[in-house]
Amino acid sequence: MKRVVPYAVLAAVLVAVPFFFSSYRVGQFTLVGAYAVAVLGLNLLVGYSGQISLGHGASFALGAYVSAILITDAGFPAFATVPVAAVVGFGAGFLLGLPALRLRGLYLAILTLGLAVATPQLIKRFDGLTGGTQGLNVDQPTAPAWTGLADDQFLYLATLAFSVVMFVLAARLVRGRVGRALIAIRDNETAARAQGVDPARYKTLAFATGSLYAGVGGALYVFSIGFVAPESFTLVVSFSFLAAVVVGGLATIGGAVFGALFIEFVPVYAGDVDEALAGVIYGAVLIAFMYALPGGVMGALRKLRGKANQFGRGRGHAQQTDGGGAGGIADAGGEPGGGVRAG
Amino acid sequence: MLAASLTLAASLVAGCGRGEEDSSSQDPGVTKDSITIGGIYPFSGPASAYGDIATGAKAYFDMVNDKGGVDGRKIEFKTVDDGYEPPKAVQASRKLVEQDKVFALFNTLGTPSNLAIWDYTNQEKVPQVYVATGASEFGADIKKHPYTTGWQPNYVTEAKIYADYLEKEKPNAKVGILYQNDGFGKDLSGGFEDALKGSDVKVVAKESYEVTDPSVASQVKKLSTSGADTFLNVTTPKFSAQAIAAVAKSDWKPLHILNNVGASKTNVLAPVGLENAKGIVSTAYFKDPEDPEWENDAAMKEYKAQLKKSDPKANPNEPFNVYGWAAAATMTEALKGMKEPTRDALMKSVRNMDTKIPILLPGVDVKTSGETDGYPLEAMQIQQFDGKNWQLQGEVQEASAEK
Repeated sequence: MKRVVPYAVLAAVLVAVPFFFSSYRVGQFTLVGAYAVAVLGLNLLVGYSGQISLGHGASFALGAYVSAILITDAGFPAFATVPVAAVVGFGAGFLLGLPALRLRGLYLAILTLGLAVATPQLIKRFDGLTGGTQGLNVDQPTAPAWTGLADDQFLYLATLAFSVVMFVLAARLVRGRVGRALIAIRDNETAARAQGVDPARYKTLAFATGSLYAGVGGALYVFSIGFVAPESFTLVVSFSFLAAVVVGGLATIGGAVFGALFIEFVPVYAGDVDEALAGVIYGAVLIAFMYALPGGVMGALRKLRGKANQFGRGRGHAQQTDGGGAGGIADAGGEPGGGVRAG
Repeated sequence: MLAASLTLAASLVAGCGRGEEDSSSQDPGVTKDSITIGGIYPFSGPASAYGDIATGAKAYFDMVNDKGGVDGRKIEFKTVDDGYEPPKAVQASRKLVEQDKVFALFNTLGTPSNLAIWDYTNQEKVPQVYVATGASEFGADIKKHPYTTGWQPNYVTEAKIYADYLEKEKPNAKVGILYQNDGFGKDLSGGFEDALKGSDVKVVAKESYEVTDPSVASQVKKLSTSGADTFLNVTTPKFSAQAIAAVAKSDWKPLHILNNVGASKTNVLAPVGLENAKGIVSTAYFKDPEDPEWENDAAMKEYKAQLKKSDPKANPNEPFNVYGWAAAATMTEALKGMKEPTRDALMKSVRNMDTKIPILLPGVDVKTSGETDGYPLEAMQIQQFDGKNWQLQGEVQEASAEK
């Protein structure tokens, strides 16, 4: 019973959001949901399997365009495009994962960087399908009359539902056999091999799964923005996903939410402070953040929880990550602050 | 505890809060003594030079407000940065409409950004007035996008004026075109080729570039060996300068036609060296602040004085400031023409105008008529660079974008 309470409170808060904020704010939170799914996918890859990717934005773009084209050209209902985007994302990630087997560290970073650089150009090249530089205007899902909801409220709740499913699946994945295998490979590949884990298989799987999440995130992004263009998917997108992973906390599940909140809200507020200096302010906040919270938001929460437990009623054992702690958001058994190993 | 939180959630879902926002007939953003409009500009990123347009526009609205506003309403002009990225423009437009509750969007900048938001503005019935782009789409389908209108002479109009010029001045010209591979470049170069049909002026070579390309030198080189004796340079400022420099370095001496977008003396010609720009032909539609001809012009003096007052750091010779000033002047006239302070009345006023704006060239007037003519400005004048300044040539010419 005690374990359920925090989750119920969290669920109530998340469901209540669209009824307490203006439609513009609700739109921002909807976008956070889309980003969070993509960031979670990158964290599975970077945080848990220890492989670096600077090209996550490419899979995000793929998912977004798959969804946008199916809606505008093939007349798909919006939400029906999500599984398609997921499958296409998985396939693309699998293909990318094959060469990635031979490369590690910096070399893998450069390979994926190349992909991110090429993405906007590729989109322009296939302008018959993608609308080229003009982009595609996509009809956003509208609220069915029976719900009595405004469109933005409905879209938020739908995005929330998709996100929750993706988060629960990820949490289960990393806590099970796959998660243990990924962490084992990340921490010591030889030892993992000795225990019968096949690194090639799991590394490819990590790429494919990360890309699947990016694909779903991309589709959710389209619902929320209603527009895609090559400029939507520049290098900056890939980099901000990576920043979000680190800000939220490497090898955590809940961190993706904080990371997504960061990349959505900090640039907007930076622009409010001074339009001309927005980029500088964003950069400075990012640097300050890394100094203050080197383990990301989740790392800081863990420390707080550890301290609280020490000063609590002597229940010192709860310091260990047992996966079912008192924290509101599920996090997995990865090492706190477990870093990416350079090859 | 659990039960309580679930009940809370359930009651919220059932109640589905928020309620109808003000159901009065009054449109948002307008009160007895103020009217709020919103603009979206690239204050950051590769196209940040365009940000000066907002400075010029703000200066004009300051002047209007000092004189008591429009029908007693002071104009509040809110701007948001989109870095010339359409997805950011989408969010910026929602912020302005839903959060800041603007009455209308004014002069939002960039072809891709405006195409990204115009379905939204028309669905919400928010005027998206005098967009800062010359793409001929804005004005071609008034029925589908009744709340959106362009302002500056569109690229097809400009292309037709170059075609007419060549047919008169160089009837057997062989033209090489350099164009930016996007809506803007295709609109202008396509309009030019359409306008040439049936004449002896021939397009012999075409080269394109991407906005993300580092240089256009190799494209210019190809054009120079194509046998073309005329160069139509359809580029944005950074690339205009590169192309002028590349031609100056080569042995190619074509008749150089540079599109209006890239014809800034301060931003484009001066960095390359004014002597390299001698003889270049372009078009103009507002008065050039550096042209001695307008030194004692009342509109020009008013502009320079007010700009200095509103933003002492702004450069009055920067044409983007004049552009913003002229667009804001047109907006002010449109607001004055409203029969009542509603969004629909603003659109009615915008669609039925016949007004002179003093900072525009004499003969370039704001003219629209209902659903048949959605382009406010459709006249330009040929100008040629004499090595020091742009010199206006001949008469103002009108050319309609309608095919």
